[in-house]
Amino acid sequence: MFWQKDIETVSRRALEELQLKRLKQTVRQAYKNIPFYKNHFSELHIHPKDIASLKDIRKLPFTTREDLREYYPFGMLAVAKQQVVRLHTSSGTTGKPKAIFFSKKDVDRAAELIARCLVMTGVKKDDVLQNMMTYGLFTGALVMHYGAEKVGVLVIPAGPGNTKRQIALMQDFRTTTLHITPSYALYLASVMQHEGLNPKKDFALRRAYLGSEPYSEETRKKIEKFFHIDVYNSYGLSEMNGPGVAFECREKNGMHLWEDNFIMEIIDPESGKPVPEGEKGELVLTTLCREAMPILRYRTRDITMILPGRCSCGRTHRRISRIIGRTDDMIIVRGVNIFPQQIERVLMGVRAVAQNYQIVLESYDQMTVRVEIVKELFDGKVEHLVNLQNEITEKLRSEILIRPKVELLEPGTLPVSEGKSIRVIDKRTL
Amino acid sequence: MEQLRQLSIFSENKPGRLRKITKVLSEEGVNILAINIASSNGFGVIKFIVDKFEPAYQKLRQKGFTVSSNEVLAIELVDRPGGLYEVATILSKKRINIENAYVLILESRKKAFLIVDVSDIEKARKLLKNEKLRFFAPGKKAKRKSG
Repeated sequence: MFWQKDIETVSRRALEELQLKRLKQTVRQAYKNIPFYKNHFSELHIHPKDIASLKDIRKLPFTTREDLREYYPFGMLAVAKQQVVRLHTSSGTTGKPKAIFFSKKDVDRAAELIARCLVMTGVKKDDVLQNMMTYGLFTGALVMHYGAEKVGVLVIPAGPGNTKRQIALMQDFRTTTLHITPSYALYLASVMQHEGLNPKKDFALRRAYLGSEPYSEETRKKIEKFFHIDVYNSYGLSEMNGPGVAFECREKNGMHLWEDNFIMEIIDPESGKPVPEGEKGELVLTTLCREAMPILRYRTRDITMILPGRCSCGRTHRRISRIIGRTDDMIIVRGVNIFPQQIERVLMGVRAVAQNYQIVLESYDQMTVRVEIVKELFDGKVEHLVNLQNEITEKLRSEILIRPKVELLEPGTLPVSEGKSIRVIDKRTL
Repeated sequence: MEQLRQLSIFSENKPGRLRKITKVLSEEGVNILAINIASSNGFGVIKFIVDKFEPAYQKLRQKGFTVSSNEVLAIELVDRPGGLYEVATILSKKRINIENAYVLILESRKKAFLIVDVSDIEKARKLLKNEKLRFFAPGKKAKRKSG
């Protein structure tokens, strides 16, 4: 199933020609209208004319989130304010936020990309999408909303939270499709379980799109099994429109990144040099169709890889793997680089572990992994718990190469989140 | 042999947990006949023998505690030197392995029972059927099995 079959299955050659044409245009536009780029280009002694092939993209400067913050609020805007119809910002938790502007065309383009994503997973007009992402400054909900409307599905703009009402909406309106964060999906599952609801019998759910937080394959399987649905991985970031940058097709093997809208590069985060297909590195994206705010070589800080080979769905846009980690999520404990998702992967593979966990880092590089046990599997035997504790410790050790302290907790002890969850608490001080 | 059910509650090893649990039992008017706490690496399992099992079990679950229950043996101990030795000898002869055990004292120290957790309760019951042991079940007076 295709939304725009011609472009989704375009030949690589034609796609690359289109990319080059659009890249040249984007570079000219950025150079002409955004002083930040003009200055950078002069420092590097380059000019838009130097972009003659796709490889020449490497001559261009990187754009970082710090740049976006520095030029907040209007510094990266390429058009007159009258042409801007929407503002999103991405979280300002560590200082100034980043302002992302959309022109009318940009809003429409972002929606087109979402429409491709939804149709790719089998969505039709008679589907009902319950959008449980946060509406507002965050791109997650609104961009999805516009895209879903474009396809013609019924959108329930539920937003996150108020879980009992969410469940009622799902039942009353026969929701087929969820757009939700993985941690909220797990929480929703635990509430349904507690209420004695059977997702297969009591709901009409068919699929869910999970995004905005990295999560592991094991978590996907857990969610698929519980709800009896297909879970699709969704990737996006506010700086690049929000959701719909890359999305899984029904093969569920990597996310197609819409290469007619973005040029992707995978680089070594330290040297900035490109790494070959199939190797891990930081994803760098360049917008090709943005009017209000073109961004060149944006350092996403997301670690992923380009999956080699063609996808059997027929789409020619290459796939990236699920996000393996974020350069800024990475924690270093006793000199070892660890991504929280590695820990999640291990925990979600253990049957007696419930959905919630927390990683606490304390002085002297002591790492404690706090996990909630599954109530139903408690049989009153201390030695079974000790075995479980040892099993988790051992599995974690072989995954992250250091031996953490594992704490078993009563279910419901850790704070539950209805949005993004905080998994790592770093109490270390220098 | 009467059935005796034991409550096991999972608990993090930190101050106030036992208070929370016993508050529930207290409010439910449940009398605790025996208690055993085993702890290891930051968590513990608290075991109770109570006079009213079902309401205690339901209430604790309802309050969100992680509870399980299983059947245990309560074997009367005769109050004199060698009392426990006699019971242990029988269990040993029958090759019944004790996984966990504690003592329940009734009627102001007139009677004591050894609470024994075993891996296969049915088998243990059969094996002990004809032994001269007295067992306890809540709500009933302990009686000597004629054997």
